[in-house]
Amino acid sequence: MSLTPSEVVRLAHLARLQPTPAEQQALLATLNGFFDHHVAPMGAVDTTGVEPLYTPLAAVQAMPLRLREDAVTEVVDRNANQASAPAVQDGLYLVPRVIE
Amino acid sequence: MNTLAQAQAPLQAPPIRGWEVVIGLETHAQLSTASKIFSGAATRFGAAPNTQACAVDLALPGTLPVMNKGAVERAIVFGLAVGARIAPQSVFARKNYFYPDLPKGYQISQYEVPVVQGGRVEFMLDGHRRSVRLTRAHLEEDAGKSLHEDFAGCSGIDLNRAGTPLLEIVSEPDMRSSAEAVEYARALHTLVVWLGICDGNMQEGSFRCDANVSVRRPGAPFGTRREIKNLNSFRFLQQAIDSEIQWQIDRLEDGLSIEQATVLFDPDSGETRAMRSKEDAQDYRYFPDPDLPPLAIAPDWIDRVRATMPEMPGAMAERFQRDDGLPAYDAAMMTTSRAQARCYEALRAACGAPKLAANWLMGDVAKKLNAAGLDIEHMPVPVAVLGALIRRVADGVVSHNGARSLFDLLWAGDSGHDVDALIESRGLKQMNDTSALQAIVDSVIASNAKSVDEFRAGKDKAFNALVGQVMKASQGKANPAQAGDLLRKALGAG
Amino acid sequence: MSTELHDLGVAALGQALASRQVSATELAGTLLARQAALDSQCGPSSLGAYLAVDAEATLAQARRADQRRADGESGPLLGVPIAHKDIFVTRDWPTTAGSKMLAGYRSPFDATVVERLAAAGTVTLGKLNCDEFAMGSSNEHSAFFPARNPWDLSRIPGGSSGGSAVAVAARLAPAATGTDTGGSIRQPAAFCGITGIKPTYGVCSRYGMVAFASSLDQAGVMARSAEDCALLLGAMSGFDERDATSAERPPQDYRAQMLAPRDGASASRPLAGLRIGLPAEFFPPALAADVNGALRGALAALEKLGATLVDVSLPRTALAIPVYYVIAPAEASSNLSRFDGVRYGHRAEPHGDLMDLYKKSRSEGFGPEVQRRIVIGTYVLSHGYYDAYYLQAQKLRRMIADDFSRCFAERCDVIAGPVAPSVAWKIGERSDDPVQDYLADIFTLPASLAGLPGMSVPAGFGEAGLPVGLQLIGRHFAEGQLLHVAHALQQATDWHLRSPK
Repeated sequence: MSLTPSEVVRLAHLARLQPTPAEQQALLATLNGFFDHHVAPMGAVDTTGVEPLYTPLAAVQAMPLRLREDAVTEVVDRNANQASAPAVQDGLYLVPRVIE
Repeated sequence: MNTLAQAQAPLQAPPIRGWEVVIGLETHAQLSTASKIFSGAATRFGAAPNTQACAVDLALPGTLPVMNKGAVERAIVFGLAVGARIAPQSVFARKNYFYPDLPKGYQISQYEVPVVQGGRVEFMLDGHRRSVRLTRAHLEEDAGKSLHEDFAGCSGIDLNRAGTPLLEIVSEPDMRSSAEAVEYARALHTLVVWLGICDGNMQEGSFRCDANVSVRRPGAPFGTRREIKNLNSFRFLQQAIDSEIQWQIDRLEDGLSIEQATVLFDPDSGETRAMRSKEDAQDYRYFPDPDLPPLAIAPDWIDRVRATMPEMPGAMAERFQRDDGLPAYDAAMMTTSRAQARCYEALRAACGAPKLAANWLMGDVAKKLNAAGLDIEHMPVPVAVLGALIRRVADGVVSHNGARSLFDLLWAGDSGHDVDALIESRGLKQMNDTSALQAIVDSVIASNAKSVDEFRAGKDKAFNALVGQVMKASQGKANPAQAGDLLRKALGAG
Repeated sequence: MSTELHDLGVAALGQALASRQVSATELAGTLLARQAALDSQCGPSSLGAYLAVDAEATLAQARRADQRRADGESGPLLGVPIAHKDIFVTRDWPTTAGSKMLAGYRSPFDATVVERLAAAGTVTLGKLNCDEFAMGSSNEHSAFFPARNPWDLSRIPGGSSGGSAVAVAARLAPAATGTDTGGSIRQPAAFCGITGIKPTYGVCSRYGMVAFASSLDQAGVMARSAEDCALLLGAMSGFDERDATSAERPPQDYRAQMLAPRDGASASRPLAGLRIGLPAEFFPPALAADVNGALRGALAALEKLGATLVDVSLPRTALAIPVYYVIAPAEASSNLSRFDGVRYGHRAEPHGDLMDLYKKSRSEGFGPEVQRRIVIGTYVLSHGYYDAYYLQAQKLRRMIADDFSRCFAERCDVIAGPVAPSVAWKIGERSDDPVQDYLADIFTLPASLAGLPGMSVPAGFGEAGLPVGLQLIGRHFAEGQLLHVAHALQQATDWHLRSPK
């Protein structure tokens, strides 16, 4: 189950990261070491019939999604929300032109 | 009329250049909740940029989603209306990808277990009943918007729309022509507006269709499909599908293959072209959202919703045909919206003449509403008044033409609403006195020997001329139908 | 015992404030001055506890607390100074989550935990250092500077709530909030000789906590005694409608639960009838001898108080490592996607097109450990690997949770064991191999995966005089019972009262 260098490149791209070639190599080594030695034993365990536990309390009680009444409860303070914005004009967030 | 089985079988559409077309539609309907699906910000259209994007909508650090009950309720309403199964437990999943209008870097949607499963949408196509199956419908959040003009090489991102609840409705690839796809889309549109779950405003983006289109030789397996995104008018939907069909056929006939792609329709060129950003294979890495436990919908909630469902347009149209004797076309026209149906039923009650009521709504009323840019709910003539007018036509008190000129007055509004008084004051009362009419008929026959002879010789037009003479002699007050009857009798024509 | 203000715990300070021996303003001023003198934030002798201090903002809060008291209000936390881990967003201080990605970020809202503590009258001393986005067990992964163990400045304080542990241990603050995803409260509490509690998942609201791993993150308290933990936990916990995973339970008086005598207990044997399970897997050969020795001492003390020690087994303990290090990075990789340089946070300048903006900003803003976990998370969720890794891990997670349930149902009331396999190690000692840090989390991960409450209680000292922590794990929502046991131990021992230097 070893990762290849091109897979590391693909994963970094999916995650919008750009590790240097040296960093890619280090990532590859760490990941392969970790997965081969420490994660592989997971695969050996028989989990047939076991339901995944996506949220811990679901193991001990029913956890139906709690719903909120449909009502407008937020008064938006745009200035406060945009206080830490890197680039704003006329209330819009600016990004390099998005070409579709 | 075809049977249900015929309606459910794929349409036998004529091949295009020898190819069969396969179409499936994915429709995003914005649900008409007051607040967003995961936050308490408002959803009203048209606010200044980012003034309806709260901390949760902006994905500020530390924010969390909380589910809007109204969105779930509307999904249940839809599921019941299309005869689908409402999942007792459904799961929200994260669809991970990067885009400036997607603040969290993932969209909360539903993947493996949607809230609505199955169902079908029925509609008429060229006088035939059609039925398209639905795969599913699920809840998800809308993204924001990018504005591309006026920012010196930048795009401006407005996140007001981010978090608006969407119901994504996925059809099976059951459609076989662009016309069928458009009728399906129209029927779906009518339905969601009818149910009151979506305002259906396509210019504002409340109802958007993506079309999956492929072609194949008859009998062959499905071809590779391309997805045309974000079509927000029925006209564009048809044009885009037609253009895509031609493009795919051209390509296949050139010996090339079709690659799966997402395409956009350019209304100016009338053509579809592949989107740049979707060219790399996307791996959305779906996983159940740990911030949202599964949605549970108990049977008693479904029962409560079922009890408040309105009568469906199809059932109502059948009722109009059965109880009011309306032809299928008229019944369909009276059920294009709940407001239309309400008006029709009120009018019918006021005038007692269902067919006439339908005629008036489809004819004079529709014409005036269109010219004024109004919808049926804003007709300036009260239904009771129009009803009274139509009743006078039915009773023969006023001719149709006379009624129309009265309608003009009523619409204009400054002559009051007393129909009978207006009939009198405008001298529009039809002559119903048979003996007086008989006298005029006799006199016209006597003074129009030429026309009488021509009619007896077989020229039907001559008859109309005689009717015209009777109308003229009565200063328009004769009931034309009555005049015709008396003329025929007098001329000895059966 | 010294009666310096900075040596007093939360309970004692609350009383001093109530009896007007000191005002909130004086108290805050004293601690601010102490912080300024002791923790200069750079250099090898600094503690590195605080990332943000704003004396004016603190004193303004203190004055408000004094005003509330003058207006007739009272309460055990009114005017008590505390500090917040920089994972909790605050309006009046910047929030960085220990990362360059959020350097200078100002949240327009306060975290629920911060709001509730402020409503109870606490005064914020500042924001505390932590591993970047709470990812780490040493506070070496803070983007700004490491925090240092006050017992030995060449050693790590633990992480990710390192700054919180340092502040409390060094008497810069009587208590601090922390977060615990895989042990990030319990482990630094153990390494710094203080008391820490991670409550049951869902007890504290996650609204306003910069998210790391959504199904594991929990807010908690680090202080110098179980009693102090109980006071703070009571004020900061409880149902929050803004968090859909918040447990819907009535407000809890944890202090009362901590003090309430158990059935069958007596004054000399307050823990009579309590069965304490010792999992065999928590006492492996790899457990350092000095840690084992200290723990045996603490367990003996618990026996003297009437508890019965019982052998139990949590057979899948070792699997907790891969299970956690698949699930947590997966959730983190998604939670951190919002940091894209568009609406807030670091934006790389100059940048080219949108792709360049994303990649540069994120690569510059995130440190190596965070990037590593994002890549792991992306991998285990990606097409073709999801079933073998993520799905399998979530299934094993349930099996691990079931193991605990079985123990509690059949064998014991509370589980005890080490927090970490050794005492604190030297700064830089493990920098070459990040996986070593992961392996050292083995004792704290299982309770996190099961969402169970856990405490670290000072249990003596190991080699070089470094503190050792005893971990206590309870059933879901049994915080009161854990606090009771810890309190009983702390009435009979004084490890929790010792301080460095």
